[in-house]
Amino acid sequence: MFLQHVADGLLSGAVIGLGAIGLSFTMKILRFANFSHSELLTWGAYFGLIFFTIAASLGNVFDAPIGPLSFGWGMFVALIFSAVATSALALLLHKLVFEKLNRVAGHMTMVFASFGVALLLRHMVLLIFGPNPIYYSNELQFAVLLPGNVRVLPDQVFLLGLTIVVVFGLHLFMTRSRTGIAMRGVSENPDLSRVAGVNVSSIINWVWIIGASLASVAGVLYGLTVQLRPELGFALILPLFAAAILGGAGSLYGAVIGGLIVGLSENLSVMIIPTTYKPAVPFLLILAILYFRPEGLFGERK
Amino acid sequence: MSAMISKHVLEATGVVAGYRPELPIIHDVTMYVNAGEIVTIIGPNGAGKSTFIRAIAGLLTVTSGKIMLDGNDITGVPAHLMAASGVGFVPQTDNVFTTLSIHENLVLGGITLPRAQADIRIAEIYERYSILKDRSREKAGVLSGGQRQVLAVARALLNQPRLILLDEPTAGLSPMASDELFTVVRDLAKDGAAVLMVEQNAKAALRISDRGYVLAEGKNRIGGPAKELLEDPEIGKIFLGVRREKTNNRQKMGES
Repeated sequence: MFLQHVADGLLSGAVIGLGAIGLSFTMKILRFANFSHSELLTWGAYFGLIFFTIAASLGNVFDAPIGPLSFGWGMFVALIFSAVATSALALLLHKLVFEKLNRVAGHMTMVFASFGVALLLRHMVLLIFGPNPIYYSNELQFAVLLPGNVRVLPDQVFLLGLTIVVVFGLHLFMTRSRTGIAMRGVSENPDLSRVAGVNVSSIINWVWIIGASLASVAGVLYGLTVQLRPELGFALILPLFAAAILGGAGSLYGAVIGGLIVGLSENLSVMIIPTTYKPAVPFLLILAILYFRPEGLFGERK
Repeated sequence: MSAMISKHVLEATGVVAGYRPELPIIHDVTMYVNAGEIVTIIGPNGAGKSTFIRAIAGLLTVTSGKIMLDGNDITGVPAHLMAASGVGFVPQTDNVFTTLSIHENLVLGGITLPRAQADIRIAEIYERYSILKDRSREKAGVLSGGQRQVLAVARALLNQPRLILLDEPTAGLSPMASDELFTVVRDLAKDGAAVLMVEQNAKAALRISDRGYVLAEGKNRIGGPAKELLEDPEIGKIFLGVRREKTNNRQKMGES
């Protein structure tokens, strides 16, 4: 039973970690807590649904399942479609709301504005897609039995594998590409970045694009392994913040490891406390990390 | 940018600037710097020296006046375009990215260049400053104050700037590190760059400078050859610490 909880924790932690990377970057580089970030996961998941609906109307060209998975090659196209669409939505929000507010208002105003944006985004999903849960696929999947009597679905293994690939790719981007290095420079010192020749506005656009793309991937994977519903992102908001704060603002690996810790803690907690209290675990983690190590596990100490 | 024939690399005329347009800190400041020349701005704290240099670097809004670089009007050009225009700026504090490696600091310095050209320039920088090459993979945050300044200057040199702006480059450095840094500054001018420097250590800075300007309350007060400024008793009294030295001497005599 313990190992099953560990496996479930790792799987939910992977989704939380992916979603938390963008949130963590926003906190560090844009310097505000963006409560609307979790809604980008919701929109990412529903953009995936839009793609599958369009693909189905065109005759399901990508629909043949790959091996034991519940989906075909269309899932990869859906991930790209969703990442592009969610990035466009994030850039639109940045241009219409956050960029303008940043010029005239303080960070607290930005935080409150993000609450408003979150409400708007959530209710738009409700309005367009309705309140009922939706599934990408009605294919029945059989769990694979792993050593230790652990059962996982092939889709969940895919989720974990894709998370590892995405994080590794992002690591290469942040350390090898000039844009990635500039992002790290801007997060430390925007003025010095400017005088070095970095176009900070363009880098901020990249922060939104990367954050939104990862959120969309997390949203689609969540939709794939659980279900789509308008409160998908809202339910993840606390775990996402817990992961970002736990890992340290701006830290790629911090967000991923933070996500895994949150996922594991939530799933292991049910062994000692009633399941009803499971959502309180991220709260406790946030309080603990803020008390003992406010900069997070991988954050820079000031 | 409108090109004009100019013998000056930098020509600032009647510049008014500040952190907020409605509250200018510098008023009608005019100065120029030629190629291969070191010019130092001195003045009391709060005179607007750093504000002026930050305005030239494009970090502050210039509400009035004109800034020309090699005859091109660069007034109001945003800071991130200044590097590509030929201006290298080394701020007084936080002038390296402490969380990035030394190599990554240099990569950012050359971000406006095509990648292949930037790699060549970084190799040239490593040749010139071997300390940076030896420690290229280390985080800049572990460098000493003097080494950080060398890295900051090297980062600004990546674009081969025609004009180098240095804001109090020896602040917080030991006398030995300051001397070493002034040697670096002299070499920059020898290579043909125009150097405009703000420096608290006014005497030492004027000694390596060709000319100087005295700024007080945001306005140009006096300007001229550095040697004349050093020998001017009034300037010595007010800005070069002569009065303080005399007072200290009197105190010492009283004590003895």
